[in-house]
Amino acid sequence: MGYALDFGWLNGAIGMIASGAAMTIFLIAVTTVAGVILSIFGAAAKRSRYPVLRKAIGAYVELIRNTPFLVQLFFIFFGLPRFGIRLDPVVAAMLAMTLNMTAYTTEIVGSGLDAVPKGQREAAAALGLPTWLVFIKIVLPQALKVIFPALTSQIIIMMLESSVVSQIAVRELTYEADMLQARTFRAFETYFIVTLVYLGMSIGLRRLLFAGGRRAIAGGMA
Amino acid sequence: MIEFTFWDIVRNLLLAARWTVLLSIVAFAGGATVGIAILLLRISKRRWLRQAAEYYIGLFQGTPLLMQLFLLFFGLPLLGFRIEAWTAAVLGLTLCASAYLAEIWRGGVQSLPSGQWDAGSSLGLHYIAQLRLIILPQAFAITRAPTVGFLVQLIKSTALTSIIGFEELVRTSNAINNATFEPFTVYGLVALIYFVLCYPLTRYTKILELRTARQH
Repeated sequence: MGYALDFGWLNGAIGMIASGAAMTIFLIAVTTVAGVILSIFGAAAKRSRYPVLRKAIGAYVELIRNTPFLVQLFFIFFGLPRFGIRLDPVVAAMLAMTLNMTAYTTEIVGSGLDAVPKGQREAAAALGLPTWLVFIKIVLPQALKVIFPALTSQIIIMMLESSVVSQIAVRELTYEADMLQARTFRAFETYFIVTLVYLGMSIGLRRLLFAGGRRAIAGGMA
Repeated sequence: MIEFTFWDIVRNLLLAARWTVLLSIVAFAGGATVGIAILLLRISKRRWLRQAAEYYIGLFQGTPLLMQLFLLFFGLPLLGFRIEAWTAAVLGLTLCASAYLAEIWRGGVQSLPSGQWDAGSSLGLHYIAQLRLIILPQAFAITRAPTVGFLVQLIKSTALTSIIGFEELVRTSNAINNATFEPFTVYGLVALIYFVLCYPLTRYTKILELRTARQH
């Protein structure tokens, strides 16, 4: 007996898939912005004069990078209520994703900061710019330019990883796929379509970041 | 209701961690084997083979692993294969690992100067012998750090197989959590076990990176 693939359900499902995709895009957008900003502080703190601060950031980075995202998510969503911190699934997802993302991007941003030659800093200081302005106007734009490809990859990896937050009932793309397949009994077709949507989103995101992002990041601050 | 002491929880989690370790090893071995095949296609002299390997790698790197596992778990039965969670988990992680490893090793092969190939030819070695004796050993040596780094990623990825019902560390911890209502302890311990598995490998990666940096 052969199995005939059936995509007839797709007509009524476009809305659900679109709203799930919108939620995924929302999550990754929030995570990217929060993660990049936090990791600039993290990378700067890891290069600061205070050993305690350096150790603390280092421990956080290693802890996150050596445990699975799914476990971090469960820990935040199921474990924190014990201390009276009860989070909405969407908030828990954003928190877990941001914490995860920041650990990776702190390392990426840090390597970018290290790649800026010391003479750049010294030249800017010699022109009389205050330290914070040297960092924002001279060092950071050059660092971001260097790390742009690695940052883009990390954002895409995080977007793909966000499929896991369906497990705490955040209504993103994978969650909608689970709902759809339970209703249509067409599990393979449903996940096939949704996989294609993810593929399209990761290709689209890469194109978007490379087309607009590089200029915006480097030019916006200079 | 059964009472769980702290040590009962630890013991059960450690027993389940064996499956995480086993799955990681099997998937890494499988991924390395398939990965070499993909690598050979990726660096082939025929354009369409290179293109096919590139699409294969792009497909696995551009879609969530969770979706790949779902597609195998629900798709293979349609083709008439009986499939259990273990089979889908091993197959899914193997295919995914092969794509990542092939891409890592391709970087190693392409970073070698073309003189290495020329030297092989001048010794009268044919293509396979050049690869086996000259190119691949060097490519593997150069890329040892990212390869070990990927192993860490793979160990963490095995957590996703809990979602398709494979009884590894995370799935067992969910069951224990449902029985004990102590999520903080249970997931804290799970994180600790993963950390103990992954951290030594991460350290090793750092050492390898430093060693490579010193050589250049």
